[in-house]
Amino acid sequence: MHIVIIGNGIAGVTAARHLRKQSQHEITMISGESEFHYSRPALMYSYMGHMRSEDLKPYEDWFWEKNRINLKRAWVETIRFNEKQLVFADGSTMNYDKLVLAVGSTTSYYDWPGQDLDGVHGMVTLQDVEAMERHSEERLKRAVIVGGGLIGIEMAECFHTRQIPVSFLVREESYWNRVLPPDESTMVTKHIQRKHGIDLRLETELSEIWGDGDGKVKMAVAKGGEKFPCEFVGISAGVKPNIEWLSFSELELGRGIKVNDHLETNLKDVYAIGDCAELIEPQPGRRPIEAIWYTGRMMGETVAYNILGKPTPYRPGIFFNSAKFFDLEYQVYGSTPNELPENQSWFYWQHPTEDKAIRLYWSKASKAVLGFHLMGIRYRHEVCEAWIANETNINEVVEHLGLANFDPEFYEEHEEAIVSAFNAQEGTSIKLKSKRGLSGVQRFLKKLTSKSTARV
Amino acid sequence: MSNKSVHKTGLQWLGLGLFCLALLLFTAMLGLESYTITSDVLPEGSNKYQKAAIAKAAKDLDFTGQTFGSPFEVKSAYHEVFTKAQGALEATFEKSGAPDDLGEWDFKLGDGYFKDQLFPLIRSSSTGPITANPWLWFGLTFGLGILGGLLYILPKFSADPGIKNDHIYHSPLTRGLTLTWRSVFLGFTIIGVLAYGVTYMSGQWVWPAVTAGVAILISVLIFIVQNSAKHTPQRSASPDMASGTLGILGGTYLIVFYLLLYWSPYLITPWVIMVNPLTEFLSGGSASQWSVYGTLYTVIVLVMGVRMWSKYQHNKYQLVRTGSVMFFQTGFAFLIPDLMSRLGGPSVDLKLIWPLDYSFFFDWNLNSLLDSGTFGIFLLGWGVALIVIGVPVLTYFYGKRWYCSWVCGCGGLAETMGDPYRQLSDKSMRAWKYERFIIHGVLVAAIVMTAAVLYHFFTGNAQIWIFNAYDIRKWYGFLIGAGFAGVVGTGFYPLMGNRTWCRFGCPLAAYLGLVQRYKSKFRITTNGSQCISCGNCSTYCEMGIDVRYYAQRGQDIVRSSCVGCGVCSAVCPRGVLRLENGDDTDQFRADETRAIHITADSVGIL
Repeated sequence: MHIVIIGNGIAGVTAARHLRKQSQHEITMISGESEFHYSRPALMYSYMGHMRSEDLKPYEDWFWEKNRINLKRAWVETIRFNEKQLVFADGSTMNYDKLVLAVGSTTSYYDWPGQDLDGVHGMVTLQDVEAMERHSEERLKRAVIVGGGLIGIEMAECFHTRQIPVSFLVREESYWNRVLPPDESTMVTKHIQRKHGIDLRLETELSEIWGDGDGKVKMAVAKGGEKFPCEFVGISAGVKPNIEWLSFSELELGRGIKVNDHLETNLKDVYAIGDCAELIEPQPGRRPIEAIWYTGRMMGETVAYNILGKPTPYRPGIFFNSAKFFDLEYQVYGSTPNELPENQSWFYWQHPTEDKAIRLYWSKASKAVLGFHLMGIRYRHEVCEAWIANETNINEVVEHLGLANFDPEFYEEHEEAIVSAFNAQEGTSIKLKSKRGLSGVQRFLKKLTSKSTARV
Repeated sequence: MSNKSVHKTGLQWLGLGLFCLALLLFTAMLGLESYTITSDVLPEGSNKYQKAAIAKAAKDLDFTGQTFGSPFEVKSAYHEVFTKAQGALEATFEKSGAPDDLGEWDFKLGDGYFKDQLFPLIRSSSTGPITANPWLWFGLTFGLGILGGLLYILPKFSADPGIKNDHIYHSPLTRGLTLTWRSVFLGFTIIGVLAYGVTYMSGQWVWPAVTAGVAILISVLIFIVQNSAKHTPQRSASPDMASGTLGILGGTYLIVFYLLLYWSPYLITPWVIMVNPLTEFLSGGSASQWSVYGTLYTVIVLVMGVRMWSKYQHNKYQLVRTGSVMFFQTGFAFLIPDLMSRLGGPSVDLKLIWPLDYSFFFDWNLNSLLDSGTFGIFLLGWGVALIVIGVPVLTYFYGKRWYCSWVCGCGGLAETMGDPYRQLSDKSMRAWKYERFIIHGVLVAAIVMTAAVLYHFFTGNAQIWIFNAYDIRKWYGFLIGAGFAGVVGTGFYPLMGNRTWCRFGCPLAAYLGLVQRYKSKFRITTNGSQCISCGNCSTYCEMGIDVRYYAQRGQDIVRSSCVGCGVCSAVCPRGVLRLENGDDTDQFRADETRAIHITADSVGIL
């Protein structure tokens, strides 16, 4: 059987690795973007000079040959689903028995006048970063970034390292407040505003981009008319599934490629995973499209089981995510909405001077913990997940909060302060019983395993 | 054209300028002295006959009373004198034998005596600005260097705490060399050291030949038997071009420095004269080239330690750990030994452990300790206790980091002066293969050498089958002690990363590593599934561990080479890694099968 994967991002590569681990089928992975798999979230680090572009590759180049995963560098032009055949840009073809579409996302543009000018880019692909580098070297003196998402702030950080002044246009009244609760959003907003050379413009939207007559960016104009002279406009108003090139076909598309619980599309032997996949019936509390590294990885593994005849529904488990805003780390576990739902309670603690905060969510009725929202403090995935999965009572969680702390040794432990603040808000008299440290975590996890056999 | 370097203030440029000036003066001062030979400075030989022969030859050849412009001239003129004196004694011996019941070799001048006396001769004949004013020169070099360094470093404290790796791969100082160029440098250095080794071993080519044979054997095993020739090492940490120009310059400077320090100290007497007042003040004795090295070493660890503090403000582990290596270098390696010699006892670095301290079991050291009464016996017991109790127990509880990145002097220099080069360690599978062969090979060599030395100590018999215990230890000291640990170990910081010695050569690191790998609570844990495979951890691992390989699978990292510097954790943008001491019975956590995966009935992290 010949399994062909289009896309060598984290979803495609995870699928290929798990297919190889469990089978001897012929596997081919196709990418037009890059010869080898690289870590997309790390793109910024090559621009900033933290790493060479080779260092973005999680596997040495010989890994693929050794594991008999064929790599093909080519753009797929069309797919003849009926003949199970791919047609490449150069006219050549390739047949498949099973096809995995892991074609990822592209930058969303909103039909701004001037968006096709030279110097307008997102930061999603290797080519985007090459363009940033080229523009930086050639003529870039000022940059404008449009959209207050995670990519926008990464682009801002990139330009910041090269001392290129940035105007950061954000539609919302506070950074990323569609996702972050108000206090955290304020914290990040202030963190950005402290950065020299970053001009954060809240409640400002792009209206159009002007060229210099030679097809190059000269000016970004905001709604309301304010003008921002610049040589580069970074676009970060979200990403969308990379599916336009598939729209001719019988493949069922929505915003993404529609897939069922087993990641199958409407066509036999064709699967879709990662950023480009749109779940017809997502799990409760989850979005149909999650353009997240971790989602791609989990779907990659799930699809491998399904292709190999071990039907496995996609169950992403308890949500988790992480990001970084300049120097400010962000982690979440479980459900952490930006506004408090009716039936839930939350507790927020913020460090008096440093950019550190923690927010806990729990159910009003059952008192079961639902989520952890962390700024500048690291918590342990295994522990948070175990508490959420076991619907642990919030008081018990707070009592043992130290178990979750994952900050490096010698870092100040804030759990005592957090517990007393919690007691003050909730009228409880909890005493902190667990401190940071692996041994305690190991005992805790062992006890859980012996209690429930469901978890392996 | 964008700015591909970190912004520097005017004060920082000034600091950089002062530092460069200090380095220039430090280098130039080697040529500033002249050398006036008086009868007082002539070598005295080991008896009156030798003394007279040298004095006569010096007079006959007009050596006495001459002033030379460079140590080279002194050397060649003195060589004539020495040969003549040697000839005269030889002739006397042929004619009438040795007087006063002296043995033949007590009477004649051996070749070794020439080498031994060259350094004191040149040093004591030195006149000029440095001899006249050593403190001034100390101020102009060390003082100005420290001032410049601090002016450059201190403003960095005003930056926001956070990861500070911007432009490391844009800088010609820190971006390294391509694999080919690196191999050329390393190849020439190895061949050079081995070739010089033949001279060093007085023409015995057998030990250099054995060493070359072992090196070739290891390469054959790796390239052919282990099939590495097929695997191009992508993770070799080289830039696209040979553009690390400043790094090449820096590396070359360091390599030359070590060559002079170990094998031609007569060329660096102005430095010795400069630090002499300080050494006299601290220890009461006079300075040697090792005083220069010790002072320089300590100053660098301290100044670059302050730089570490400024760079890792966001990471308290780094702050504490750096303070620790600064403390141990200043106290244990620098001040306490001087204090001990001031008190008249044996002077030792209490934190040095065999087999890194390869001369611990040498006869002269054992004799010196055994002759020093209770304190000497205590020191002997202390040294042995560190080997048999200290290493295993502390490593069991904390991993080898307790020594390698908290206490050790080599580690201290690597973690301070070497920090800008940590990314240059080679992360390829091939480098790992070399590492395992070489470091364990050196451990075996150290054990064999020490066994031979001890056999000699206890039996009085230096000859073991066809081997001579003196030759074995001489070659070990030359090749491993000086060539590997010094020239390659530190000279190659800007070319191969800051832990070249610790990773490939240190026998103590090998010993600590075996304990860490098989019986220790220490590991680096991965925070569940949070890894984004970005590769910062691997890139900045000075020991060349591909940390990401483990982190992206959710595996704990238990590797013998890990020195626990904690930088992987400090540069991880998602807070995924943590150095921990936990329950060591949970070995599954480090198991290869603990990959993040999804089972048939649930999707989870474990």
